[in-house]
Amino acid sequence: MLKVEHLYLVVGAFLLATAWMNLRARRASMAAFWAILALPFLAGDAILAALAAGRAWPAQAMGVGVLALGVLAARNPLRPSTDSIEIVAAREHSAATLGNRLFLPALAIPALTLVLYFGGRHVAIGGTTLLDAKAVTLTALGLASLVALAIALRTTRATPLAAIGEGRRLLDALGWAVMLPMVLATLGSVFAATGVGDAIAAIASAVIPVDNRMACLLAFALGMVGFTMIMGNAFAAFPVMMAGIGLPLLVHRHGADPAILGAIGMLTGYCGTLLTPMAANFNIVPAVLLELPDPYGVIRKQVATALALMVVNVGLMAVLVFR
Amino acid sequence: MADPISYWPLLGVGVVVAGFAMRRNPVLVVVTAGVVSGLASGKPVPELLALLGGAFVENRLLLLLLLTFPVIGLLERHGLRERARAWIGGFRGLTLARFLTTYLGLRQLLGMVGLTQVAGHVQTVRPLVAPMSEAAAARSLAPKGDDEVAPPQLRDDEKHDVRAMAAATDNVGLFFGEDVFIAFGAVLLIQGFYARNGIELEPLSIALWALPTAIFAFAIHATRLWLMQRRMRRARAATEVKRAEG
Repeated sequence: MLKVEHLYLVVGAFLLATAWMNLRARRASMAAFWAILALPFLAGDAILAALAAGRAWPAQAMGVGVLALGVLAARNPLRPSTDSIEIVAAREHSAATLGNRLFLPALAIPALTLVLYFGGRHVAIGGTTLLDAKAVTLTALGLASLVALAIALRTTRATPLAAIGEGRRLLDALGWAVMLPMVLATLGSVFAATGVGDAIAAIASAVIPVDNRMACLLAFALGMVGFTMIMGNAFAAFPVMMAGIGLPLLVHRHGADPAILGAIGMLTGYCGTLLTPMAANFNIVPAVLLELPDPYGVIRKQVATALALMVVNVGLMAVLVFR
Repeated sequence: MADPISYWPLLGVGVVVAGFAMRRNPVLVVVTAGVVSGLASGKPVPELLALLGGAFVENRLLLLLLLTFPVIGLLERHGLRERARAWIGGFRGLTLARFLTTYLGLRQLLGMVGLTQVAGHVQTVRPLVAPMSEAAAARSLAPKGDDEVAPPQLRDDEKHDVRAMAAATDNVGLFFGEDVFIAFGAVLLIQGFYARNGIELEPLSIALWALPTAIFAFAIHATRLWLMQRRMRRARAATEVKRAEG
């Protein structure tokens, strides 16, 4: 069976190759950045196993690595890469000669992900399924990318080494932005372990008039948006706001319908996700990927949709939950 | 409650807000916030380091997306984005609003059946949707009824606007489609939370209540796409009148 751990090793090897290419180009701090980032992929299982067995030093070393990544990220600001005229001309020429054949490998990624997602769980070799049951979509995506790479190599007649070089170009262009989602998720864990959520819920429930159900609803909705913006993730905000306001005040005290409150409350949090740089993989990474001059350019385009939807969600909840 | 609540860890939230407001490097801000929050809660340094390292490793699933980089990079080097632009530019009557609205609807429907990883900023927006949007925008700005004339070139600010909107459309489509899928994490998270608190709910009863918001999200964002296109056309017309007068 293809385990997600196998794909981690491929990611780790790719990161190491990127580090090596940067080292050869005499960009030592960029090389160090990618080399440290390769660690959780190459040694992640060993680190977690040691931690479970009570040996903390590998995880502590990784913690020092995270601090180093923060410092190295600040030392390697993003530089927009400008392609030389020859490369632009070569791209135009190859686009004209290869034509629509270029779409095949690009569309193979989503198409194969789809096929593997539905088909993978039914394909079993020797009693084990093809894909990791813990993360079916992501292992499907990983496998689809590797197959698509093989198709792309055939279409473009490029060498695998060239493909790694091009992947490195993309990775260097994204720089620290590529791993921001990972450190943000880490911060979420730290906040949870240090009781930040409890403190915010305590403040929220201390300041709202508990007998007014609309005031409670508004506090719940705004709390979902605000806390999602701080954490960058509605999943982190949901249990906190539910435990602080949703369950004790809205469901138990005012008899709100839990299914509707939960579903639309979560989606109200998503409006906050559209508004915050903390949701880096959705808001900051694409701004870098699309070479926008303003890192908040994508967020600016989302503000109107997010605020309108927030009002709609509060209205929907006000009408639907207290039936 | 047994323990009185400590408010000191909130300092970490303050670091995040201040750091982003001062536009410091986001990775450094986030790492600093974690350290501040941990120290403020009274965690000893070795324990804090193990917490940071362990949590970092546990979240590595988020970077599995890197596996798409070599193939996307290779295809881009061989002109994928140029080809995408040329292909969409060939469709007469395809406007920016129509193209992105179709993508929005498609993204929502895919999310509703659980196929969230099929599209995304690396997989589809950068290599396909953004250049296609630029081509569709150029066509939208072409004089009406005159298909023989080549569409105008977009200015840089117009290009950036269109690209940012393409990414925003992907986000809106993803967020307000996936929640309708019963096996999606959010639905299971909601169900799990209630189950731990003694309220048993069927995942389907939660997922269905995400539908009204999904429909509103489509209507609101599609309207905004149409407004954006109209604004771009008017801005063009205004500059052309100015040029004709000057």
